[in-house]
Amino acid sequence: MKEGRTHKKFQKFGMVIDLDKCTGCGSCMVACMAENNVPFRKDESNKLLSITWMRVYKLTNGMPFPKIDVCYLPRPCMQCEGQHEGHSPCVSVCPAIATDYSMESGIVSQIYTRCFGCRYCMASCPYHARYFNWWDPIWPDGMEKYLSPNVSPRMRGVVEKCSFCFHRYQLAKDRAFMEGRPELQEDEYQTACTQACPAGAITFGDLNNPKHTVSKMAEPDPKHSGRPKNPNAFRLLERLGTNPKVYYLSSREWVRRAGDNYLKNEKKVKKPVHHG
Amino acid sequence: MDSALIPKGVKRCPLWQFLLFIGAAGIVLLWGVYAMFLCWFKGLNQTNMNDYYGFALWIWADLAVIAVGGGAFFTGLLRYIFGKDALKNIINYAVLIGFICYSSALLILAIDIGQPLRGWFIFWHANVHSMLTEVAFCLSCYFGVLTIEYIPLILENRQIDKVPFFHHLGHNMHEVMAVFAATGAFLSFFHQGSLGGVAGVLFGRPFAFREGIFIWPWTFFLFTWSAAACGPCFTILVTKITEKVVGKKLVKDYAIELLAKISGWMLLTYTIAKFIDTWYWATVLAPSQGFTLMDFYTNNPLYGIWILITEIAICGLVPAAILMTPKGRKNPVALWIAISLAVAGVCLNRWVMVLQIMAVPVMTFDNWVLYFPSWQEVATTILPVAYGVILIAISYRYLPVFPNEAELNPIEPLPAEEAEEKSVDPPVDLELELKPAEA
Repeated sequence: MKEGRTHKKFQKFGMVIDLDKCTGCGSCMVACMAENNVPFRKDESNKLLSITWMRVYKLTNGMPFPKIDVCYLPRPCMQCEGQHEGHSPCVSVCPAIATDYSMESGIVSQIYTRCFGCRYCMASCPYHARYFNWWDPIWPDGMEKYLSPNVSPRMRGVVEKCSFCFHRYQLAKDRAFMEGRPELQEDEYQTACTQACPAGAITFGDLNNPKHTVSKMAEPDPKHSGRPKNPNAFRLLERLGTNPKVYYLSSREWVRRAGDNYLKNEKKVKKPVHHG
Repeated sequence: MDSALIPKGVKRCPLWQFLLFIGAAGIVLLWGVYAMFLCWFKGLNQTNMNDYYGFALWIWADLAVIAVGGGAFFTGLLRYIFGKDALKNIINYAVLIGFICYSSALLILAIDIGQPLRGWFIFWHANVHSMLTEVAFCLSCYFGVLTIEYIPLILENRQIDKVPFFHHLGHNMHEVMAVFAATGAFLSFFHQGSLGGVAGVLFGRPFAFREGIFIWPWTFFLFTWSAAACGPCFTILVTKITEKVVGKKLVKDYAIELLAKISGWMLLTYTIAKFIDTWYWATVLAPSQGFTLMDFYTNNPLYGIWILITEIAICGLVPAAILMTPKGRKNPVALWIAISLAVAGVCLNRWVMVLQIMAVPVMTFDNWVLYFPSWQEVATTILPVAYGVILIAISYRYLPVFPNEAELNPIEPLPAEEAEEKSVDPPVDLELELKPAEA
């Protein structure tokens, strides 16, 4: 088994989100919360305390009417790879290896029972994709019956985040193993948000597999840390060297530019800073 | 009533006065303990931290007490390794202050983590790539060293010293103290540095991120340097406050002046290094990530550019200039100003490297977020101060913390009425007879 794994070609699961298609309906957020037993409180008005593995941001071009343009940007965990494999901002800092980078899937895991709640990973994540359980989850009466049995609810005092619905990957792998198939089909493992998006704005698959749609859409360049070749594609804060696996598509220049920080009058994107 | 425990040749206040003082500090301590238990039993929802401010007041307090507690390792290094014998007059107190600072830091960490019962995971499941792991290991080890350094002082208590075993143990521990001083300096170099590294490695946070040598970002070296520079200032500051409280001179001037002089030079070199680091960061590193310096200091009501100027110029250059010049450090008022500014500067630096990092938005569509601590956070942050005051009071009363105290404040065996008359006189000014600072 171990030898087989060693020779196996690694997958790199990623996402492409077409911002021109996203309507900001929030279905992805709802599906994510239901699928992953994400806790909530009676009063969720303070968004700095809300746990939203998938969060939809509203962006505007800052122009007055009628030139104003709006874009909705769904933000899951970016599953950063860093400049060398596994050197994502959060994984590299966790003192207890409670979060880890899977070389097999490219997914950044979170081990709830090992996390002791130092929150260093949250400080390291520029996307605010990590959330702390300030309270123990309290489900409304009867809701326990509707929780997903495949995802463990989290206790107070630990950090949680989007896992690209990793339990679905495990289930799909188990099924493929039982059927004697070495590889998963593209549609066998899909995240809840991907399936819930009514506009079909989210595409999910293996970025290392040229047959997968995500690979065709984003055209990641492995020689340049996965930088997309597609001129309409971009990644959030790419210049920081986080090397995310979530790609965004937009035909609008201002949206693509909103994905990263640029100096005034800066036209060309400079080479990302290298991090050891 | 407790006179048998009080060191020979020194005078202490009446027991009732001492107990009253301990009681007042104890009330504050209990307030902090109550808040601490609230945080432990009800969770970190007792704080005003949130998902943007995962690091907040406590982590600042933690970094600040460790920085100012750096006086222990640096004074020990100067005394035992570099042979600055004049510092033997203040080394005990530096160790005691360091012990308080480091035990406080560990307590704060125990309150700060979301699952305190899993705190040991940091040692058991250690991620050797994490700066926080290095902090935890070095911090714990160094606390052990400080305990070893503090024990001989406890053994010097009049009653304990009567027991031959403890007497010899204390003597032998003194003999090998250089080994522990060297170990402490080594450990401190790494954990002070790692605390700087905690911020410096955050490559997702352009405000914090710095390049460096091998695995160590420049903040690693800057934190060690600043702790070595400002830690002794804190030792002097607490000594001066103690002298004011007890109304006596406790440490000879030349010891203070020597420490102040070394601190001044350390502070000057640190400030130059910090300036170079800031310049490179502002002109090369941050722009390469799409940020200008002012992106980090505008559009919010608190974190203006004043904070950078205050840190480098007012709390860096000014105290350095005072402490480096003989005239400056010999002038009591100037010395007070200098050491206070230096301590404020290092605390401000730690504040910036914890809270401002959290406040600065990184994504273009994100906003500045400010935070104000809850009373539970404030109480648990004051808790170590109350604990420190109590431990200092007890140590000062029953242990020979200041070796020159009896010499500086002689009590002659006079008849009762004469003694009473004598006690109201100011202490004999022995400084005139003392040699100037050896340097």
